[in-house]
Amino acid sequence: MSNMYYTKEHEWVKIDGNIATVGISDYAAHQLGDITFVELPKPGKAVKQFEVLCAIESVKAASDIYAPVSGTVLSVNETLNTRPEIVNESPEESAWMATMKMTDPSEVAKLMNREQYDEYRKGL
Amino acid sequence: MELLRETPLIGRHREQKALLAPFGGWNMPIQYEGGILAEHRWCREKAALFDICHMGEFLYRGDIVEGGLEDVFTFSVASIQEGRSRYGFLLNEHGGVIDDLIVFRLAKDEVMIVVNAATADNDFGVIRSRLKESANFSDISAATGKLDPQGPLSRDVMTDLLGRNIPSIPYFRFITTDILGSKAIVSRTGYTGELGYEIFLPVEKTVELWDKLLKDPRMKPAGLGARDLLRLEVGYSLYGNDLDETITPLEAGLEGFVNFDSEFIGKDALLRQRSTGLKRSKVSFRVGSRRSPRHYYEIWSGDRKVGITTSGGFAPMLGCGIGLGMVSPDAAAMGTELTIRHENVSMPATVCELPFYRGGSVRK
Repeated sequence: MSNMYYTKEHEWVKIDGNIATVGISDYAAHQLGDITFVELPKPGKAVKQFEVLCAIESVKAASDIYAPVSGTVLSVNETLNTRPEIVNESPEESAWMATMKMTDPSEVAKLMNREQYDEYRKGL
Repeated sequence: MELLRETPLIGRHREQKALLAPFGGWNMPIQYEGGILAEHRWCREKAALFDICHMGEFLYRGDIVEGGLEDVFTFSVASIQEGRSRYGFLLNEHGGVIDDLIVFRLAKDEVMIVVNAATADNDFGVIRSRLKESANFSDISAATGKLDPQGPLSRDVMTDLLGRNIPSIPYFRFITTDILGSKAIVSRTGYTGELGYEIFLPVEKTVELWDKLLKDPRMKPAGLGARDLLRLEVGYSLYGNDLDETITPLEAGLEGFVNFDSEFIGKDALLRQRSTGLKRSKVSFRVGSRRSPRHYYEIWSGDRKVGITTSGGFAPMLGCGIGLGMVSPDAAAMGTELTIRHENVSMPATVCELPFYRGGSVRK
């Protein structure tokens, strides 16, 4: 059983106990085009589910990234400060953006699994 | 909904998996599979091919002074030598820019005018209205294809394909030559800051030339996304962003393309503006991070809003955001510290000189 979930705004979250790792989906990375900047959240930042966590910029556009779950930021992927292009190369693995300590594991029920997310994307 | 026009290369763009989007009333390739940054780099290092068939071309035949063409633009057409071209403006009576354009002196009594796509129809009417009724003036846009090979290797690729007269064309000059059995114009001009050419040829030959140029592995197609980054890095103005009917060439920092010895509509307004002083002027700035400013962000100096950005983006050659804008003249001084703001985003920036990127091969 996979522990990856997706939001309607195209973030992914990987759940491991009460630790959530967050990034954007391969679909989102492809839609945004070449990523030029990732504004990482500050460790310690508390955020509610679906509120703005951080931001991302591509050659074409600037977008907000929303928290898939509520919690507190534990760590961030600082490699993205100097190599934001990793988001295009490996959006759902190397380009994780932050880890969070989850406050409410039941929120996962509001997210989609991969199969549901693929269906959702087809409807866009 | 507006019906988008398509260039003869639309089928090729689809085959090459281009991302298409509306630009100036045309459905144009923004990028191909490799992406904007890869296309930008290829143009700076090798040779990129742009489909620019959307731009407008007009043909004027007859005596330049007698027909009235001498007094239409911000420079003298009669003083352009045959085989040379000049950049300048078509102005309204307030000195605002109706379009920026290039005039090619094809022969003593023959001139081609190349204008932006979105403004072409209006330009044609305005120019027509300023000419004598007897003037022979026609819109040849639909019959004319335009391909731009640009990049340091473009001369080598063009020479191998088209012959040994290519290397002898200096910057802002052109030759009339045979391409694929038709008369074509090859001009040493472009919009990238690199060595490059603009080729004008009969529209029905466009696809064949596109294919032939791309057979050379040194040449790859590039879209309007890369073209916008390339032009911004060298500080070229984009009509509709950095220039429009409310902006004069003096405000846009382009006085060098206005000849005050010529007579043209808008000259009085420019002279008044020059004597009373500018209320706003063009500014170019570098952002202190990889953040990109974009069109219509606010520009602040301390706690004072001093203007807006007109163009902005990430400069791959510099590794930071860059932008152009219009500000109060006191905020445009070199080295001035600015803040670019939009919603909850704020980025520190410093006024700098143009071009942002100085390593281009344009004059090589």
